[in-house]
Amino acid sequence: MARLLPKKDAVIIGLGWTGAILAQQLTEAGLDVVAIERGPWRDTATDFNIGYMQDELRYAIRKDLFLNPVLEAMTMRNRPDQTALPMRDYGSFLPGHGVGGAGVHWNGKTWRFWESDFQIHTHLTRRYGANKIRGLQLQDWGVTWDEIEPSFDAFEYLCGISGKAGNIQGALQPGGNPFESPRAREYPNPPLKTGYPPMLFDKVAREMGYHPFPQPTANLSRPYVNPLGIAMGECTYCGFCERFGCANYSKASAQTTILPVLMTKPNFEARTECEVLKVNLTADRKAAKSVTYVDARGVEYEQPGEMVLICAYSLMNVRMMLLSGIGTQYDPATGKGNVGRNYCYQTSCGARLFLEGKHLNPFIASGGMGRTIDDFNGDGFDHSHLNFVGGAGISCDPSNGRPIGYRPTPPGTPRWGAGWKKGTVEGYQNAMNIGAQGSSYPVRENYLDLDPAYSDRHGRPLLRITFSFPDNDVAMSHYMSDQLEKIAKAFNPKSYSVARIQKDWNSVPYQSTHNTGGAIMGENPRTSAVNKYLQSWDVPNVFVIGASAFAHNAGMNPTGTVGALAFWAAKAITEKYIKHPGALVHA
Amino acid sequence: MRSIVAGILLLIGTPAFAGTQVEEGRYQAVLGDCAGCHGKDLAGGVVLQTPFGRLVTPNITPDRQTGIGGYSSADFRAAMKTGYARGKPLYPAMPYVNYARMPDKDVDALFAYLKTVKPVRHAVNVNQLRFPYNWRFLMRLWNLVFFHTRAPAPSNHGAAWMRGEYLVNGPGHCGTCHTGKNLFGADSGPALGGALLQGWFAPDLGGDGMTGLGGWQVSDVVAYLKTGRNGHSIASGPMAESVENSTTAMTDSDLEAIAVYLKKLPPPAARARQNLDDVEQMKRGARIYRVNCSACHGLDARGEGPLVPPLTGNAVVNQASADTLVRLVLAGSQAAGTKWAPTRPAMPSLAWRLNDKQVADVLTYVRGNWGNRAAPVAAGTVGDIRAALQGGR
Repeated sequence: MARLLPKKDAVIIGLGWTGAILAQQLTEAGLDVVAIERGPWRDTATDFNIGYMQDELRYAIRKDLFLNPVLEAMTMRNRPDQTALPMRDYGSFLPGHGVGGAGVHWNGKTWRFWESDFQIHTHLTRRYGANKIRGLQLQDWGVTWDEIEPSFDAFEYLCGISGKAGNIQGALQPGGNPFESPRAREYPNPPLKTGYPPMLFDKVAREMGYHPFPQPTANLSRPYVNPLGIAMGECTYCGFCERFGCANYSKASAQTTILPVLMTKPNFEARTECEVLKVNLTADRKAAKSVTYVDARGVEYEQPGEMVLICAYSLMNVRMMLLSGIGTQYDPATGKGNVGRNYCYQTSCGARLFLEGKHLNPFIASGGMGRTIDDFNGDGFDHSHLNFVGGAGISCDPSNGRPIGYRPTPPGTPRWGAGWKKGTVEGYQNAMNIGAQGSSYPVRENYLDLDPAYSDRHGRPLLRITFSFPDNDVAMSHYMSDQLEKIAKAFNPKSYSVARIQKDWNSVPYQSTHNTGGAIMGENPRTSAVNKYLQSWDVPNVFVIGASAFAHNAGMNPTGTVGALAFWAAKAITEKYIKHPGALVHA
Repeated sequence: MRSIVAGILLLIGTPAFAGTQVEEGRYQAVLGDCAGCHGKDLAGGVVLQTPFGRLVTPNITPDRQTGIGGYSSADFRAAMKTGYARGKPLYPAMPYVNYARMPDKDVDALFAYLKTVKPVRHAVNVNQLRFPYNWRFLMRLWNLVFFHTRAPAPSNHGAAWMRGEYLVNGPGHCGTCHTGKNLFGADSGPALGGALLQGWFAPDLGGDGMTGLGGWQVSDVVAYLKTGRNGHSIASGPMAESVENSTTAMTDSDLEAIAVYLKKLPPPAARARQNLDDVEQMKRGARIYRVNCSACHGLDARGEGPLVPPLTGNAVVNQASADTLVRLVLAGSQAAGTKWAPTRPAMPSLAWRLNDKQVADVLTYVRGNWGNRAAPVAAGTVGDIRAALQGGR
């Protein structure tokens, strides 16, 4: 029998990026908030020690900061007619664990999805006709650019994003990304310095007529004090961002931008190493009354709350809804059901060039110091005569030159022995990488549900991922591989190779931790799990916040848009919901 | 408890009635930094490591059995100003020598405030001192010899200085840490000239440009006490607690008064500058500094704005005793966090990474470079402090 605890105004599940933002905004509005986090407490001072943080074996290879599958695994298959098997180790993507979530060990790239993304169905239908997107389950997100733009701005200033605006209130800015949607003002900090490879890429891309620009990133180009008064430091280009916590207070995370203020508030409490099992609903299933969680000693508690905010990783958000009976399970056979649909990923390919005689010094790196062109991203280029929609950001963005993981060798190099050693010595300084991070569009048969066979240590069914790359996205990615090849040739490399995507998703090699959808926002309660304010259509005192709300994934890293959605939802809760609890949108 | 990280309650207790006397008393508790020794909930139990053994601070909440719930205001005055708690002599770790300067009105207000604090039942075994210091009656003798309420010095510096002098030597009891002590634990040597306490060297607050506040403006002192940092230094260690519990909540005019007083402290007698001619040690230290320290403190030692203190023009670096520096390198330390500077950045522990000789080399380099002129550090000193830290002290 769970021990019943005193009621809180808001119960937050997960204290990562979105949980921390919601907690900060709601406590500012005077609410009494508790955040319940499955993983451990983590802080820069105590957990990201400058003396050992750059331990590649511990953090990058043995994945010290990531979710261990013994706590929560998932099953996967490519098609609905297959039997899913559990992933015994996380490979293709690496969910975070503990306070700060995946926002601890990200690279820092902080994009804004475009105006056309939020109204993608309307936009593409208007431009190309309905036939162009037949077979794709593309939907408008329900929120417009003008509504969401201030929330992007809030997140960027919270983080101190380094970048160069390309479009300020409609006026194109030299040096910025001309394809981005209009923003109210410049980034809070100038772009990072860049490395040699992105400088070479910038030059070649410019000569080819493209529009390279510095990536917007949460690695700081200079000391910064954010609007909460929290100080951050200048990036040292150590090359230990992704998979690592930042020891220099230089990479935005909940730890470096919110927690120092949030943790001192008397109306906030964080309970770590406490795993929420489910959200408990009232008998009529129209309201959440509490959550049940287990602490590190196995003691079970019931924490009542006026509202419940599900702020875990995107995939876990979906699972929490399904385990709690919030919304209805999506069925690919009928297309009915609003939870589990529009699961998307990231459709990426890359090219590797070997430039003889160059010293590219890949160890001088930062998560977001690269250069990108968006000439082939989203609907920034004409798809009239192409057999796909969507696109990719093409970037040269070396993030590290770490000794274990980064061993590029030219094609034909032996896999071991003296030949490999020679190749790896040369390749380390000569290799240059260019990547195309492509959009991922929803199709009927890619979805999330609960696995019928496998369960976790609490006996709860695991999440099942059914995914293969849609034909549209494969065609898009092949087109991007062709563009990469053209760019690679322009460097006159000694040798190069271009990777091409396979239709079937392989869950083993690392690809991207940009899993999106499953609890998507939208205009219609039959085809979306949450409304434009990320409020559950079915249980209005539940909000589900994260990339789970993306109705599709764009050719960009998701965190900027995740942060914006968190501020957007917080605004709706503090300005509308707490004054008049209940559904904010009536379908 | 690691699994439950609660938000820290900044305010102690609840204002049962918002009477002016209670509010005045709350501010007296800030000035006297009661929470610094008696804990945030004032229920005591904080261990003070003294040269005479362990003293554990008593419960001063209004609990009748384990706190001061049974005290009359006369009892409380006597404890605060004469060092006798209901006839029983207190140990001078309780700074009654300083509190004796407080007017009765302020002591009464403090008592009124303490009566509104949430009572906590918490029995404390205060006296864990070694023989013979655990003989409490000896304190009667101590009081006879060392306890003389000093009249305020004659005012020739103006009202702000007078107020500052009172705050520093009265309720603020700065000398408890910053003034040297003799064999009997009584003040000795130059007032506020720096002292070693509980493994930290509380720096010289005199007018010396290297070791004291000579390079600070009044506004620097105010900024340090109010926010926990200024362009020269960031409060950490026990001073971080003093800032968080006490000085950050003081009024601007009181902080300014403290600064005016401290800035007029006489500079100490000229000290012989150290000769730093071990070129090889300096070279080794420079290499260690580049690899281990420069990413944050900078190759030029200028630090980084509000996050990382500079090592040039920083008095902590130049103290006669290197104990604090050694401790910072071995154990690390977290900066004070205040409303104005909430970040609480930390110096990480490097004990696992640098041996005694390496710590001595790098600190000798730091103490003798960029205009710093402090004595070299011996590996043996580092070893002693490492052993003390490992012993849990």
